[in-house]
Amino acid sequence: MTNVLSKQFDQVCEILNKYENNHYKLIPILQEIQEVYEYLPEEIMTYISTALGISPSQIYGVATFYSHFTLEPKGKHIVKVCDGTACHVKKSGKILEQIKKELNLTDKKTTSDDRLFTLETVACLGACGLAPVMVIDETVYGSVTPEKVTQLLNEIREQEKGANHE
Amino acid sequence: MNNVDLNTIANNYTERANTFKRSVVVCAGTGCIANGSMNIYHQFIRLSEEKGYKITVALKKEEGGDTLLKHSGCQGFCQMGPLVTINPEGIFYTHVKVDDVEEIIEKTLKNGEIIDRLLFENQEKGKIAHQKDIPFYAKQQRTTLKLCGMMDAEDIEEYIAHDGYKMAQKAVTQMNSEQICDEITRSGLRGRGGGGFPTGFKWSLARKQESEKKFIICNGDEGDPGAFMDRCLMEGNPHSVLEGMLIAGMAIGADEGYIYVRTEYPLAVKRLRKAVADANRLGFLGEHIFGSEKSFQINVFEGAGAFVCGEETALIASIEGKRGMPMPKPPFPAQKGLYGKPTIINNVETLSSVPVILNMGTAQYASLGTKKSSGTKTFALTGHVANTGLIEVPFGTTLRQIIGEIGGGVINDDGTNVGTDFKAVQIGGPSGGCLTKEHMDMPLDYDNLLEVGAMVGSGGLVVMNHQTCMVQIARFFMQFTQNESCGKCTVCREGTKQLLYLMDDIIEGRATLETLDLIEELAQTVKIGSLCGLGKTAPNPVLSTLEHFRDEYLEHIVNKRCPTGQCTALRSYEIDQSLCKKCSLCMRKCPVGAISGSRETGYVIDKNKCIKCGACMEACKFNAIKIA
Repeated sequence: MTNVLSKQFDQVCEILNKYENNHYKLIPILQEIQEVYEYLPEEIMTYISTALGISPSQIYGVATFYSHFTLEPKGKHIVKVCDGTACHVKKSGKILEQIKKELNLTDKKTTSDDRLFTLETVACLGACGLAPVMVIDETVYGSVTPEKVTQLLNEIREQEKGANHE
Repeated sequence: MNNVDLNTIANNYTERANTFKRSVVVCAGTGCIANGSMNIYHQFIRLSEEKGYKITVALKKEEGGDTLLKHSGCQGFCQMGPLVTINPEGIFYTHVKVDDVEEIIEKTLKNGEIIDRLLFENQEKGKIAHQKDIPFYAKQQRTTLKLCGMMDAEDIEEYIAHDGYKMAQKAVTQMNSEQICDEITRSGLRGRGGGGFPTGFKWSLARKQESEKKFIICNGDEGDPGAFMDRCLMEGNPHSVLEGMLIAGMAIGADEGYIYVRTEYPLAVKRLRKAVADANRLGFLGEHIFGSEKSFQINVFEGAGAFVCGEETALIASIEGKRGMPMPKPPFPAQKGLYGKPTIINNVETLSSVPVILNMGTAQYASLGTKKSSGTKTFALTGHVANTGLIEVPFGTTLRQIIGEIGGGVINDDGTNVGTDFKAVQIGGPSGGCLTKEHMDMPLDYDNLLEVGAMVGSGGLVVMNHQTCMVQIARFFMQFTQNESCGKCTVCREGTKQLLYLMDDIIEGRATLETLDLIEELAQTVKIGSLCGLGKTAPNPVLSTLEHFRDEYLEHIVNKRCPTGQCTALRSYEIDQSLCKKCSLCMRKCPVGAISGSRETGYVIDKNKCIKCGACMEACKFNAIKIA
């Protein structure tokens, strides 16, 4: 196991203890582990499988089934664009295009080169009254326009620059 | 604390609340928060400290102060947010900004003076000061949503002051399981999650199962795109969901419950967890509830992002730590569900309605709505409509009333309001179908909707104007179900993918008339050959648009033309020579050199070379480039 992973390994053990190594609790266990590492490292999943007494393939199956889990590290800021019905009819496609253009992303490549942003689309954020909607980290932005996208992304970039200089 | 006196808590709360001259309610639903309502809330607190005006935040033990400040759950009128209501007058301010707060304190809170600028305005009635007079609210019958948006969702005492947990106490201490099931059966309540199965009957099925352990699950995996009723209930009135679960638990003899909430709803998860902790503290949950011998505990389970988990058996698999894949029924969950024990799964709105129904009396509830669909239903009204938001109306209300009166009319792409002149209304999400103008006066209820090939579903109503391409909409839903298919049944996994390709053929101009036959045949196969509701209903949007808008499909296929101009591949661009100023900008912007000409002769687009990217149209400063 690499050093980076082993650093937080105590936390993994704590999580497993909390759920008493109960394989029925696999989903909350993976959720909490993802909170620690921000993704699910393969080595850790193998360890969990031993601890819970279920096969690694079963854990991999669950980890890949649910969209909330990720097997790769994500960018620092998560940009979620809603493509639910209401947002779709209010032209969320244009918002998505604008973000891809700004961050130089494609359908396959969802994390920007500078590791600042990861783009995700979600089926519905439940804020249909404000369509089209986008979420950056925890903040919801309603009635988004392509211009507003550029402005918001630039603001975050500026903040990051400022933070790096300090 | 074992034996709780609800009346004492309620009276204490009311007494304390009555010491205030006024109260301010800032809407803290997701919509208003996105528009900055929490900044307004904090501005009230900040200014009260600076200006020496006494505003009390939430009711603590200390008394006094001039005004009580609260933040509530979603009030429904999301489009006009952030919303601020001042009671007891019921003055309703819309689009409030942080800078307005000082004026509200000086004028309205100190003197009861109304600030005209912040009032809702419509063409007919002009400025409207009180919430109850605004057509959006006046035409609704908010029953299950009544408390949502009025009170502080995180304050259990306020919920108790509104008769909260009274019915749960009655169910625990004075009623037996059969009586509870009978009461709910009499109310005519049907499942609000989609199917419309009678709730009382479902409960009695589980009640009759002999088992030491039974479970109640609250299905908060609201995944339908365009629906957010359950979110508002869980965020705005979490205790009503817990009380409904507790009563359901008593009805079937369960001592444990799970609330399965989508991971996309972090605020709902947080508020439910706090509500569970508060209810435990007061002895409504846990051991010896309400001083009885019974016990009931509730776990909040956060989903991990899979639409199919809204299906009962998939949801159970997910709680058990497996991939969320549906299982064949029977055995039904009521016989063998979570961990193999009898389990009842109810939707959030269904459970939240239970205490409301018992409080108002089953007979009165049954008198609302239509004969076979009693009560009220919440709908998420979205799309091309003036007033988007969360509404609640009795079953039997018509689209004319919902769109025309509550929704305030259909909005065209150019921003004009065209009254009730909508093209289609999609109801029931990806499993539902669409309604057209011929259904304008049809009373909406479970059975009428099923008859015309749609369904109530969870209650998303997406209004579409005449600039919407129905083939694109059908494709959109197909893509959604294709993405969310869990992959267990071949016809669903592969069939939805092929259907999607066929839809793309139409949109991109490759289709022939045989494509339509193929779509219809494949749609039937997917319907018949799939195990769960997701697959069985996946082709509905395609079939329903085909039924109502066949001409539009044919126009795409035969004439290779999209009547709304939305399908890029079928567009054909032309330069209007009378508007063209011969600036040559379009020619320079065209990425494939399809535009030729000179400053003297003007410019033309070579349709064979054109890739329909629209760059010329975006570039033209004189609007001379049009879609033919």
